[in-house]
Amino acid sequence: MFDSKVIQMILIGIKDTLYMTLVSTALGYVLGLPFGIILNVTRKDGLIPNRVIYGIGDFICNIIRSVPFLILLILLIPFTRLIVGKSYGSTATIVPLVVCAAPYIARVVESSLNEVDAGVIEAAKAMGASNIQIILKVLLVEARVSLFNGAVITTGILLGYSAMSGTVGGGGLGDIAVRYGYYRWQTDIMIVTVILLIVIFQIIQNVGNKLTIKIDHRKR
Amino acid sequence: MEEVLKIEHLHKRFENINVLEDISLSIKKGETVVIIGPSGCGKSTLLRSIIGLESIEEGKVLFEGTSINPLDKKDIKIRQKIGMVFQSYDLFPHKTILENVILAPVKVQKRKKSEVIEEAEKLLERVGLISKKDNYPRQLSGGQKQRVAIVRALIMHPEVLLFDEVTAALDPEMVREVLDVILDLSKQKRTMLIVTHEMAFAKAAADRIIFMDGGNIVEESIPEEFFNDPKTERAKKFLKTFEFEKEKE
Repeated sequence: MFDSKVIQMILIGIKDTLYMTLVSTALGYVLGLPFGIILNVTRKDGLIPNRVIYGIGDFICNIIRSVPFLILLILLIPFTRLIVGKSYGSTATIVPLVVCAAPYIARVVESSLNEVDAGVIEAAKAMGASNIQIILKVLLVEARVSLFNGAVITTGILLGYSAMSGTVGGGGLGDIAVRYGYYRWQTDIMIVTVILLIVIFQIIQNVGNKLTIKIDHRKR
Repeated sequence: MEEVLKIEHLHKRFENINVLEDISLSIKKGETVVIIGPSGCGKSTLLRSIIGLESIEEGKVLFEGTSINPLDKKDIKIRQKIGMVFQSYDLFPHKTILENVILAPVKVQKRKKSEVIEEAEKLLERVGLISKKDNYPRQLSGGQKQRVAIVRALIMHPEVLLFDEVTAALDPEMVREVLDVILDLSKQKRTMLIVTHEMAFAKAAADRIIFMDGGNIVEESIPEEFFNDPKTERAKKFLKTFEFEKEKE
């Protein structure tokens, strides 16, 4: 059953899963981090309150977040084709993963930045720091533990979502689990892929937790 | 003497409550002015309005003769000339003591890092905290944190220093070490506006006492006069609340 061909396939599956998860998290942050910063600073009690900008951002965020990921995968097929050229495979899956992750990340970033002590921000204002300086040197630095934690959680969620994309030919371990485990009744392969997903998830979470402690200077 | 800071007819409202009503005062160069008064009388709001942390409804804040609009971005340069120390220290928890002190002069004032570090170390030495420079705020006591916060304000070379109840959150023993630093600054003829509840300190440090109540300046005089012979009934009543021993006798 587990001949070299299957093992080869599973190894590629692991590689594809990691590729999808990490690249979509990274690209998700490229979009989500600035989005989250904008949401945070334009809030009513933010650095530069702006009802219109916050309202629009809030609305976009909620709309995308209310669409179930599986539906988003299908809805975005034309868009994915436009960008990647095809709608199946791991690279194509990154498109809906990023679209799904960005507003989620924006929310996580928004609430992380919100945790920064208002007094510290006032101290920076009193020093004559500009808004950009406050965002870059105070907000992002002081919220880093929470931001990092959010990134770890996001990576875990995207790992799960990348597996879900297996149902529509997304590639990776989820794809293998669906094709062999579900369509072909090869339960053993399915179990192996599930165990591998659990192991990858554990590694991400544990490494994340260790790094979180390292960068936290507030307590010990 | 030259007026550094002048406040003209300042009004501040929260919702429908008048927090500050027609406040006018001026501070001369080298003068230490202490504001005292009951909680909620607007002392802190006055300081916060001066440095632009609160918007004001009416009135003017003049710094060295030029009117500043606290909320105007262009006045950020002027804001750097006014230093403020807060009750809750507000040190950056993820930065070391030295990093806390040098952040603003390096990033905001764009001064040379090596020079700033040299000055920071001198100042930390002066307040007895040079050995803590690589520690994080959580490793310091409240009094030590507050002394760092004072250094962090001083290194910006402010023309005026504002102190907002800087000892209110401290244990009695730590109050002393912080007040000694401020008293020292007063002797150096720094221009300072201090809000405090420490009457003995007010007496020792102030060139002038301002007594506030209900958003108004009720009385303004030199410390000897204010503490020994207050003019208004309100001030008499306020000062009485600090006299425990007499009442017991």
